[in-house]
Amino acid sequence: MTDLAIHTLDLHKEYVVSEREAGIAAALRGLVRRQTKMIPAVDGISFDLRPGEVVGFLGPNGAGKTTTLKMLSGLLHPTAGELSVLGRTPWQRERAFLQQITLVMGQRNQLVWDIPAIDSFELNRSIYRLSPADYHHTLDELTELLDLAPLLHKPVRNLSLGERMKCEVAAALLHRPQVVFLDEPTIGLDVTMQRRIRSFIAEYNRRNEATVLLTSHYMADVEALCRRVIVIHHGRLLYDGDLSALLRSFTADKTIVVQLGDCSNDLSAYGEVVSCDEGTVTLRVPKGETARVTSRLLADLPVIDLTVEDPPIEEVIERVFEQGAP
Amino acid sequence: MSGLIDLYLQQFKTSLAAMLQYRAALVIWLIGQILEPLIYLVVWTVVSQTQGGSVGGFTTGEFAAYFIGLMLVNHLTYTWIMYEYEYRVRHGSLSFALLRPVHPIHSDIADNVSSKVVSLPGMFLAAVVLGLLFRPTFHFVPWAVAAAVPALVMAFLLRFFIEWCLALAAFWMTRVNAVNQTYFAAMLFLSGQVAPVALLPGWIQTTAAILPFRWMIAFPLELLLGRLTPIQTMEGFAIQGAWIGLGWISMRIVWRAGVRAYAAVGG
Repeated sequence: MTDLAIHTLDLHKEYVVSEREAGIAAALRGLVRRQTKMIPAVDGISFDLRPGEVVGFLGPNGAGKTTTLKMLSGLLHPTAGELSVLGRTPWQRERAFLQQITLVMGQRNQLVWDIPAIDSFELNRSIYRLSPADYHHTLDELTELLDLAPLLHKPVRNLSLGERMKCEVAAALLHRPQVVFLDEPTIGLDVTMQRRIRSFIAEYNRRNEATVLLTSHYMADVEALCRRVIVIHHGRLLYDGDLSALLRSFTADKTIVVQLGDCSNDLSAYGEVVSCDEGTVTLRVPKGETARVTSRLLADLPVIDLTVEDPPIEEVIERVFEQGAP
Repeated sequence: MSGLIDLYLQQFKTSLAAMLQYRAALVIWLIGQILEPLIYLVVWTVVSQTQGGSVGGFTTGEFAAYFIGLMLVNHLTYTWIMYEYEYRVRHGSLSFALLRPVHPIHSDIADNVSSKVVSLPGMFLAAVVLGLLFRPTFHFVPWAVAAAVPALVMAFLLRFFIEWCLALAAFWMTRVNAVNQTYFAAMLFLSGQVAPVALLPGWIQTTAAILPFRWMIAFPLELLLGRLTPIQTMEGFAIQGAWIGLGWISMRIVWRAGVRAYAAVGG
């Protein structure tokens, strides 16, 4: 077990939430006696990560992803189950453990808002007790990889969301953590910045052999970075394995895009017509029928162009959430 | 140890840089700090003058000395941590502090001390101006002034530990303002901010001697003004020491329990 970066077994986390009915009477009753309910946020999930793995952690909102990341980073105490990160118990938050992990939350900031990022970096240097040589070496590397040079001396509040996120990521990695928890690191960023952060994470993983557990609603992040994905829903594990295998088993259809010049032909006999726009018709057909339908289309119609595509990954993952494990 | 000193220096620089970004806010905050003792000073000056120049053993000049001294002592021992914690817990910024391999209290202490350094020249200037306006009477007793220095440091620590402890109520309560209001109301009376403790009714004086408030402000202030005997000074140090010990132990217990509660419900 010690050669695993992350080990969880039958992990549970329940929250106590207060609830009451609507209205004044219920509010007054609530003054005297609070009604509470146990909500299972994580309901018995188990998985292991080997050192150096980059794994996508997927699930709809409220699935239990952030709760799991918080348990793994030591912010939350599990209600039950086994949990270890780098052979240590996260919630004990020992110094040696905290020196080796980091948690980046896309919607929260750790940088001091009013001062330049470089000052916050210096503060992190002293917090993590980095030697000046190590600090400058890592800072130079991060500055180069994330193109931080023009940003370091501007107050954080004057940076754009994308620029700020790059600085947040750098601040979180200055101490070269071996385990990196990324909770929606690209949320709200434009496509170029998403790509930048994504390639940086891949590079960081390659150079440092760090273990990365990533949650993201942008499937492009997951597709680019993770061969393996863990899917959870309602706090339970739906799938743990190769992303490609998951996509194969949930991709029952193919999309055929046919360019005809106009939309006068009714193609419903060939498959489900998804759209018809300026002579380009998009059809959805069962995977096994693709070859037959394609040849019929080419034989029957004046086709200018034809492409066969897999459905977008977002659509497939949505189907996984709806239908459960394969 | 050198790591901790480096951390304090760095946190000090960071807090200083952050504070200096908002010069106007700093000046307004300073005015607020000066205004409160100034109001009491004006009220007691008027009362003293209408009573023939003295009330309960305090002359008009001694009232001026008391409230100008109070402004400085209050400034040197003041913390705003109770307002901070509710925000930290509710907005989850405490999570980042918990993920760092160093106790968050260090950054709070360094932050607090740096703010005092920034605003101290302004406070001294205000003290000089008020001195020219109200003509205070100081009875400087050299040994008492020397003893006031450690008394002030201990008062700061006592106030910091107690207020840090109360700030941690935010771990259990969504709105801690009620706690803050109650605490500051008691503080106002029992620490000698509204009036010197010696002028309050006997039972309030007894209460003030039992509770920690008097030892946070009135004790170093009275010592500075030469109003305490050596025996009273020794007693004061002993009580301050006992409260600091109690505050330190409580803080450790409450912190552990608070972090457990935070870990149970999340942030």
